[in-house]
Amino acid sequence: MTTLIIISVLPIVILYLGLYKVQKALLPVTVVGLLAALGAAVMQWDNNAEPIYHGMMLFNNFSVAFSVVSIVSTILILLLSKGYFERISNHIAEYYAIILFSLVGIIVMVSYHNLTMLFIGIEIMSVSLYILAGIRKSDFASNEAALKYFLMGAFSTGFLLFGITLIYGSSGSFDLDVIRDWVVTHPRNIDPLFYTGIMLIIIGLCFKVGAAPFHFWTPDVYEGAPSLITLFMSTVVKVAGFAAFLRLFSACFLTIAGFWTPVLLVITIITLFIGNITALYQQSFKRMMAFSSISHAGYLLFAIVALGAGSANSIFVYATAYSIASIIAFGALILVRQQTGSDNFEGFNGLAKKNPFLALVLTVSMLSLAGIPLTAGFIGKFFMFSGALAHYNFWLVIIAVVNAIISIFYYFRVIIAMYFRSAERAEVEVPAYYKFVLGFSAVVTIVIGIYPTFISSLI
Amino acid sequence: MESLTQTIQAVPLNHYILLSAIIFSIGVMGVLLRRNAIVIFMSVELMLNSVNLLLTAFSVYRGDASGQVFVFFIMALAAAEVAVGLAIIVMIYRNTNSIDINVLNRLKW
Repeated sequence: MTTLIIISVLPIVILYLGLYKVQKALLPVTVVGLLAALGAAVMQWDNNAEPIYHGMMLFNNFSVAFSVVSIVSTILILLLSKGYFERISNHIAEYYAIILFSLVGIIVMVSYHNLTMLFIGIEIMSVSLYILAGIRKSDFASNEAALKYFLMGAFSTGFLLFGITLIYGSSGSFDLDVIRDWVVTHPRNIDPLFYTGIMLIIIGLCFKVGAAPFHFWTPDVYEGAPSLITLFMSTVVKVAGFAAFLRLFSACFLTIAGFWTPVLLVITIITLFIGNITALYQQSFKRMMAFSSISHAGYLLFAIVALGAGSANSIFVYATAYSIASIIAFGALILVRQQTGSDNFEGFNGLAKKNPFLALVLTVSMLSLAGIPLTAGFIGKFFMFSGALAHYNFWLVIIAVVNAIISIFYYFRVIIAMYFRSAERAEVEVPAYYKFVLGFSAVVTIVIGIYPTFISSLI
Repeated sequence: MESLTQTIQAVPLNHYILLSAIIFSIGVMGVLLRRNAIVIFMSVELMLNSVNLLLTAFSVYRGDASGQVFVFFIMALAAAEVAVGLAIIVMIYRNTNSIDINVLNRLKW
């Protein structure tokens, strides 16, 4: 709870600092505040949490783990923002404040215990992101991304709300425990309203996480938004979406899994194929990462299709691996783009000769995203696949392995461009902040890949 | 308050569900078919308001206040969304002199 309060007060402090023109203090204050929130979250670990505020919130180990991932990723992303927002406009304090407000929504999303809080959390997060997607006010792509994201976000919120209403109408409560008890005590005569409600909630949440039939906004928005904001959307926001998804379905709908599992199974398979096959044809690195994030949403859905005791843990490991690898990829993209001015793969040609460090960490990130052994991405995929095998979903795992092989092609295009294509280029200047973030993320990726035990049995 | 509840209960619950489903579908069709950003925006509001209506009806029939409280949350957050959304539409209008979403085709695969 202290975590939520600290992160809510922090953006107001930041806005005051901006008002009094203390530009230099913004980043240090934000990072220190987030570290305090991180400490407060870790203190909550293993204290047998009970629902608080009349059953509105529940800070159990699940919420602590996902809060920690979100906060750490946000700190790393904000460190990359050093010198980034200044190029957009002078109102830097506002950008930090809006990112932090969005983080407030994310913390609510991973720790709700009542559908009201789920809705409020999603809205706090989304409304901040609509603004962030459009912060380049005169850039047309950024405008377009903001409007598309806004219209699609509001549209999906409508579906989510209608679903919540139908579930309230049949079970008579918004509380997760009451809904679960209602499902358990009415095994035979659950009325059609409830089933329709579950379907509408699945549609709403799949829009938010960008799963396949509802993914069409993702590539446009991810390409149009500024790279740093895309990074925030594709890591922290996506992880929070899956945490909320898993929390709702494992808490309430586990006993009627036979009803909604086939639907999610189809969504998962479509997501994997669309994400991976479309990513093969992309010329722009940023757009390739957008499609790769769709395919990773497919892998993350595995844990919900094969819902069980280990689901929370496998989503946690996969999300951690995916987030840190994406941070490296986008960090490198921001640097390369500053030099060459384009997002295309050609921009990476010959990078290894001039910037061996940058090429090395980017290689680690691509290997991790492709799921090569000895990286964190492999451990994440291993947990997802073994969870699916425990439910005898052999065909699903075979399809996923085929997709993992397809994904190797487009991730290796970057590595080939860096090491085997030659191009006349100057050295890319890597600031110290970037060196720290990229090096730290690469080390974490390899450490999780080699010693997975310290992260694999947390939740 | 008592008479208000009775008035609402004079109509069977199924009718409220049907009405809300119809209004919701009109909203969905509006979002999918119309090309003007403001009209799409109004259709989204229609979807949210059909939800509000249904929540109120359920809440009265169950004698449970939490549904009505949820309606207030939806109203407040919809207002916040309107503020941000209209700002985005104004920003687009300044750059393109149009709010037709067909001009939004720069980002394509």
